[in-house]
Amino acid sequence: MAQPNTYRSGPDERGHFGIYGGRYVAETLMPLILEVEQAYNAAQADPAFEAEFDDMLRHYVGRPSPLYFAERLTEHFGGARIYLKRDELNHTGAHKINNCLGQILLARRMGKTRIIAETGAGQHGVATATVCARFGLPCVVYMGQTDIERQQPNVFRMRLLGAEVRAVRTGTATLKDAMNAALRDWVANVDDTFYIIGTVAGPHPYPAMVRDFQSVIGNEVREQMQAAEGRLPDSLVACIGGGSNAMGLFYPFLDDRDISIIGVEAAGEGVETGKHAASLTGGRPGVLHGNRTYLLQTDDGQIIDAHSISAGLDYPGIGPEHAWLKDSGRVEYVSATDREALDAFQLSAQLEGIIPALEPSHALAHVSKIAGDLPADHLLVMNMCGRGDKDIFTVAKALGVEI
Amino acid sequence: MTDRIAARFAALRAEDRAGLVSYLVAGDPDQAGSQRLLDGKPAAGVDLIELGMPFSDPMADGPAIEASAQYALGAGATLAKTLDQVAAFRRHDNETPVVLMGYFNPIYSYGTQSFIERAAAVGVDGAIIVDLPPEEDEEFRRPAQQAGLHLIRLVTPTTIGERLTTVLDGASGFVYYVAVTGTTGTKSGEAGVVQNAVERLRQATDLPIAVGFGIRTPQQAAAVAKFADAAVVGTALVETVARHRDTPDRMVEALHADIAALAAGVRNARQGG
Repeated sequence: MAQPNTYRSGPDERGHFGIYGGRYVAETLMPLILEVEQAYNAAQADPAFEAEFDDMLRHYVGRPSPLYFAERLTEHFGGARIYLKRDELNHTGAHKINNCLGQILLARRMGKTRIIAETGAGQHGVATATVCARFGLPCVVYMGQTDIERQQPNVFRMRLLGAEVRAVRTGTATLKDAMNAALRDWVANVDDTFYIIGTVAGPHPYPAMVRDFQSVIGNEVREQMQAAEGRLPDSLVACIGGGSNAMGLFYPFLDDRDISIIGVEAAGEGVETGKHAASLTGGRPGVLHGNRTYLLQTDDGQIIDAHSISAGLDYPGIGPEHAWLKDSGRVEYVSATDREALDAFQLSAQLEGIIPALEPSHALAHVSKIAGDLPADHLLVMNMCGRGDKDIFTVAKALGVEI
Repeated sequence: MTDRIAARFAALRAEDRAGLVSYLVAGDPDQAGSQRLLDGKPAAGVDLIELGMPFSDPMADGPAIEASAQYALGAGATLAKTLDQVAAFRRHDNETPVVLMGYFNPIYSYGTQSFIERAAAVGVDGAIIVDLPPEEDEEFRRPAQQAGLHLIRLVTPTTIGERLTTVLDGASGFVYYVAVTGTTGTKSGEAGVVQNAVERLRQATDLPIAVGFGIRTPQQAAAVAKFADAAVVGTALVETVARHRDTPDRMVEALHADIAALAAGVRNARQGG
C-alpha cells in the first residue's frame, strides 16, 4: 500500500477507512445511524458542545490525567525512559468514561431519553451507568451471562448506579452477544433510544466519534511530554481489544512519522493455540457489528469466541481504523499472552505501587520485551488505561491464591 | 435465462391472489432433514422459498431464528452445504423461486464472486442480505445482477422520504416490507398501519411487495394477503421445526400442516371481499 499524505483524514464520507469500516446494519437502523452522524457533525461544529465536554472532563472525570515518569520500571528495564499515561486515575477507573461522556452529551442534544450499552468486563457498562446517573437518563446494559458470572462486582456497581443489567444468554453469552442484543434493542426502540457503543467499532460514525472523544488522551500526552522533556515521545504503546484507548493515544501522533506506534493484542494462551483475542494477528477481514474489519472467524465465516484473561480484550473484532493502520503499516501490532500480562501486572504493583488493569498489563508486557534494548534517551509512553481493582479475583485465581 | 421470481408473481397476479413465502434455516435439524423440509414445501402450498443461511451472530433476528441457526451450525451447516441444498431442490423443481437470506460475512468469507457464480449455477434466484444496506451493497449487487441474481431490498417503517428513494433505486425482484421496527418473531404490526405503509410503497415502486416480520397465523397471513403480493412466515415455522427435533417424521408432517393452513389463509384472503 502506498503511504498516504496523512493518516488522519479518515474515514471518508461513507465511513470507510480504506476497505474497512462502513455501515453494515439492518435497514431499520440506517436512518438512525445517519441521524447520529448528522448530529455528531453539528456538535463538532458547535463550540458550546466542546466547552461542555471539556468542562465535564475536567471537573467530573478529573482530567487531565498525569503523565508519570515511571522511574523504577525505567531502572528495572535499563533502557528507555518509561512514561505512564495515568488514565486509570479517571473517575470510574479507566479511559471508558471519556467516550461515555461525549456520547451522552450527544444523546441529550438529539433529544434521546433512554440509553443502552453493551459491556464485556463491565467497565464500559459502569462508565455508561455513571453518566446516565449523572444526567438522569434510564440505562439498560446488556451483558453476557458468562461475563455476569465472572464480573459480579461490576454488575453490582451498575445496579447501584441505577442501571438495569440484562443478561444475554443467546449465542455464546459473551461480549459479542451482548452487542447483538443491544443492536436488537435499538432496532426495536429507534425513536427514543441512543446506543452508547464502548469502543472504536460499530457502524460509522461510531469508530470516528469514539476515537475523537478518546483523543483527549493523546492530545494531553503531546503537551505533557513537551513540558516534561521538551519534545515529543519516540514511541507509544497501548493495549487493544476493540482499540479505543489505543486510538485515543495514537491518533494525535499518526502524522509524526518518526514516532513508533505499537498496539498490543491479547494472545490469550498463545495465538498458535487458537485460544486468543488477537484479531489482527490471528484473524482475517470480515463484516460484523456494522463494520468491516479483522475478525476471528472459521473458514465458513462464522465468528469465533475470543479468549483472554482480560475480559476487556475478549472481543473477536477490532476497530476498523486499526485494521487500516495495520494494512498501511503505520502502526505495528503485536501480542502478549495471559501469562506475560500476569507477570507485568505484578511487576507494576511491586515496582511502581500501581495495580494495573489486566488490559494495560498486556501493553506493559510488551514494554518489558522492548524497553531494555532501547537507548536511555528514548521516550516511551504507555497508556495505563485502567486500574486493576476489578481484576484482583481473576489474578488471585490465576496465581492459585484463595481470597 | 428465465426469471422465476417475475414469473411466479405474474402467475399469482393472474390468479388474483397473494403468495405464501416461507422461511427456514438451512441445516436445521441436519442436512438430510432440512432437505426433506425444503423439498416438500411447494406441494404443501409455498409459492416462494426463503432459505436462511445460518450465521453465528444474526443481529436482526429474534431468539427463535438465532437458536435455529446455532443448532444448524452445531449440526455442521456451512454456506457451501446451503448451496448444495438448492442444487438438490432444483433437480425436481425448476419453477419455485428460491431466495437465500442471511448476513454478509459468510458470503464475503466464501468469496463474493464465487458465491454469486455458484448460487446462480445451482438455481438461486435472489438474496436478502440483512446487514448490506444500499450504501454498502454495490460490491454484491452489481455482480449479482449481472449473473441474474436479484438482491432483494428491505423497506422498514423507518424507510421514509428520501431514504425510500435510496432504497428503491436499484431494487429488483421484489421489495420486502419489514412490518415492524424490531427483530424477527418478536412483535406484530397492526394490519391497518401495515396496509397504509404498503399502499404508500406502491406509489413508489412497480415491484411486487412481500410483507414479513410478525406474521404467525393463517389469520394474520390472510389479513396481509388482502393487500400485499406475498406474506412471509418465518419464526412460527422455525419454532415448529424446533419442537419436533426428536421426531423427524412428525416434524415434516407438522411443518407441512402449518404451511397448508397458512397457504389456505393466503389463498382465500381476497375471496368475498
